[in-house]
Amino acid sequence: MRYRLIRRDHASTRAAVIAPLAALVLAMATSAVLFAIIGVAPGAATYALLVEPLADWGSLSEVLLKMGPLLLIAQGLAIGFRARIFNIGAEGQLILGAIFASAIPVYFPTAAGWWIWPAMMVMGALGGALWAAIPAFWRARLNANEILVTLMLSLVATQVLNYLLLGPWKDPAGFNFPQSVMFQWDAMLPVLFPGTRVNISFLFALVATLAAFVYMQRSFQGYQLLVGGLAPRAAGYAGFEESRAIWLSLLIGGAAAGLAGAAEVAGPIGQLQRSVSTGYGYAAIIVAYLGGLHPVGILFSSFLMALLYIGGDSAMVTAGLPVAAVRTVQGLLLVFYLGGLTFIRYCLVAVEPAGKPV
Amino acid sequence: MVPLLSLAGVSKRYGTVAANTAIDLNVMPNSIHAILGENGAGKSTLMKLIYGVEVPDEGTMEWQGRSVRPGSPAEARSLGVGMVFQHFSLFETLTVAENISLIVPGKKAALAARIRDLGREFGLEVDPGAMVHSLSVGERQRVEILRCLMLEPKLLILDEPTSVLAPQSVERLFETLRRLRDRGVSILFISHKLEEIRALCDRATILRASRVTGEVDPRAHSAADLAALMIGRAMPAPLPAEARTPGERLLEVSGLDWTNDDPFGVSLSGITMEVRAGEIVGIAGISGNGQQELAALISGERRLPDLSRDVIRMGGRPFGHLGAAARRKTGFAFVPEERLGRGAVPEMSLADNTLLTAHSRGLIRRGLIDRRAEAARTERTIRDFDVRTSGPQAEAGALSGGNLQKFIMGREILLDPDLLFVAQPTWGVDIGAATAIRHRLVAMRNAGKAILVISEELEELFEICDRLHVLHHGHLSPSLPLPQTTAGEVGEWMIGAKEAVDAL
Repeated sequence: MRYRLIRRDHASTRAAVIAPLAALVLAMATSAVLFAIIGVAPGAATYALLVEPLADWGSLSEVLLKMGPLLLIAQGLAIGFRARIFNIGAEGQLILGAIFASAIPVYFPTAAGWWIWPAMMVMGALGGALWAAIPAFWRARLNANEILVTLMLSLVATQVLNYLLLGPWKDPAGFNFPQSVMFQWDAMLPVLFPGTRVNISFLFALVATLAAFVYMQRSFQGYQLLVGGLAPRAAGYAGFEESRAIWLSLLIGGAAAGLAGAAEVAGPIGQLQRSVSTGYGYAAIIVAYLGGLHPVGILFSSFLMALLYIGGDSAMVTAGLPVAAVRTVQGLLLVFYLGGLTFIRYCLVAVEPAGKPV
Repeated sequence: MVPLLSLAGVSKRYGTVAANTAIDLNVMPNSIHAILGENGAGKSTLMKLIYGVEVPDEGTMEWQGRSVRPGSPAEARSLGVGMVFQHFSLFETLTVAENISLIVPGKKAALAARIRDLGREFGLEVDPGAMVHSLSVGERQRVEILRCLMLEPKLLILDEPTSVLAPQSVERLFETLRRLRDRGVSILFISHKLEEIRALCDRATILRASRVTGEVDPRAHSAADLAALMIGRAMPAPLPAEARTPGERLLEVSGLDWTNDDPFGVSLSGITMEVRAGEIVGIAGISGNGQQELAALISGERRLPDLSRDVIRMGGRPFGHLGAAARRKTGFAFVPEERLGRGAVPEMSLADNTLLTAHSRGLIRRGLIDRRAEAARTERTIRDFDVRTSGPQAEAGALSGGNLQKFIMGREILLDPDLLFVAQPTWGVDIGAATAIRHRLVAMRNAGKAILVISEELEELFEICDRLHVLHHGHLSPSLPLPQTTAGEVGEWMIGAKEAVDAL
């Protein structure tokens, strides 16, 4: 008996829902074997990874805190990915958003007023969008590969951040640490659930999800981006401008990442420092794909990824899991999911061993 | 007499689709045997089974009375089967002899000598030292046939060999094939052109919907009989064109020059033509002579610089610099030659594919898609143009070629354009759908619309056009009125008129 992949008439919705769940199960099963090999009790490690973070409100709120920026950035990136504009530099756009937002409290450390944090959010989105405008310009003008340009600009962004923190923006009273002043009260985002660190930027992410849903499923502009991604020659035939798709995709992704960066410095961090991001910009790429580039899917995948972040921390403490093992779990998840994606458009059919012998 | 090749009860399925069902076929030595059928009837699959590209699910195959089961083209070649595909597999940057040496063993000098000898013997003269990119399509086909002959086959399979040739070259190819038959090489000739088969072949096996529907001597039957076997009913009659005097000039191209960036691509020079209201103008020519380039420039997928905006005018206004969307807004519609990936997005539903060009027809409200209007318009297209599908939510990629073409034609015709431009309207479309499409075009012309058609099928152009141009090497012939012009005259333009007679 042999098996063959046969193309389906329709993309299967059932397979689209099952694929990520199956990927989770397979990834956890494979990791359990790996855990056993390196001498960690698989049961305890899995429990620490997936269940412990949900056990009490305190750690659940930390999951939500991580989920916010992942969700926001992934929604922005997914729009571009569906148009086949591959913005891999959300990390850099996030850093620029954080820098732009920090400019207000750094230059006006004593200012007070209700407008300060909203202005910082606007600055953040602007900063991220501006950083993404650079690859957009070169791609639209000279067809420079946006994957490379966005990725390299992330490295540049890190150096810009270093320069500011080691030079002009260094807190004079900060014992020479590379960080800015602590932000004043009005520069901080209001907390959403009292007693936790979850702030209203979580709502931004939810609103962004809703907006992304309407944009991609209902709007004509989103439709044009989709056509450009699925069949570039059909977009050319219809007369949808490619440069417009490039600009829209990169600006939306950049603004979302910049906003997430602003919300980090005005939220849990409270100042500009070198570790503005713990790799949200890169993790959001995985989140976007795990969510099938669909706004609703991303809602779930960002939660799962945040869960693995927090669960990974607790597994390191309670189950003695090395940090590399946590990364491996994330990697396995993506690999299994990408494999599972095949079954959305294809189904496996058993083929009879070819006919009667001749 | 023992048949050279004998197939009994051969079947092949792809997933749930039957490509060949219980095929019986006997090819005798010293014969030219036609496989006749519409697109999708299973001709190509059958050849792949014989040539070892695919393995049959059921059935037996005998070669000179001996049971065989070729599992690869190499095995088939070692039996003595050669195949010339419709799309040539030659490296353009190598010489003829180098291309042949990739498959045929031997020193290049010896090969070159054999290429010359075989060429002389069978009327396949070609210079062994010539680079393939400098050869005409007819010469490339000769290289392909020579490459097969060098392996001394007993059976040569030719897949739609005349589709790339002008009428004059077709006769020459037939002469070669007859000589081959007389020297003991049997030929399997795949075609859907009835007159050619009647002129050349001794036997014909007719396929319809994966099954054999007849085996006849084509010389003893009329083309209408063969067509009836092929499509299962009598050939539909063409719609008569009403006499009309052409009206307003809707498309004017004056002295269009365009240089291709691709070194092996075709550049256009001095293209001049016009299309008026109430006429169908055809552009004939063998594919690859600049049709795609010209189509993209007329559709607006490729724009001219602002300075040469006047070179293409629609309805009297300069258009050369406008993009596809802007041109469509002023009453222009276009059906491209590739349906999947250009005329339609395969992964999207028919409803979403309606939106591709009809979005300005009240389907968008405040930036959002009006799903109800979209579905209604799609349903209308499906109904009016007899598209066989489960409904507006079916994915475009799941439709058959003919149905998708009817959908795209319908979508564009429902835009109610003043000027309709169609590239290869019936490529890969079954005869029923092709006739329906031609009827639509003639009906639009009778209603006073201007229509420009690019087609490889000369018969089709002669059926529907009021006059035609011929495109050859990026040059356009003057306007040739129909029916005063003969196929032979058009053929001369197709091969570059007088100056190219010896290039053949």
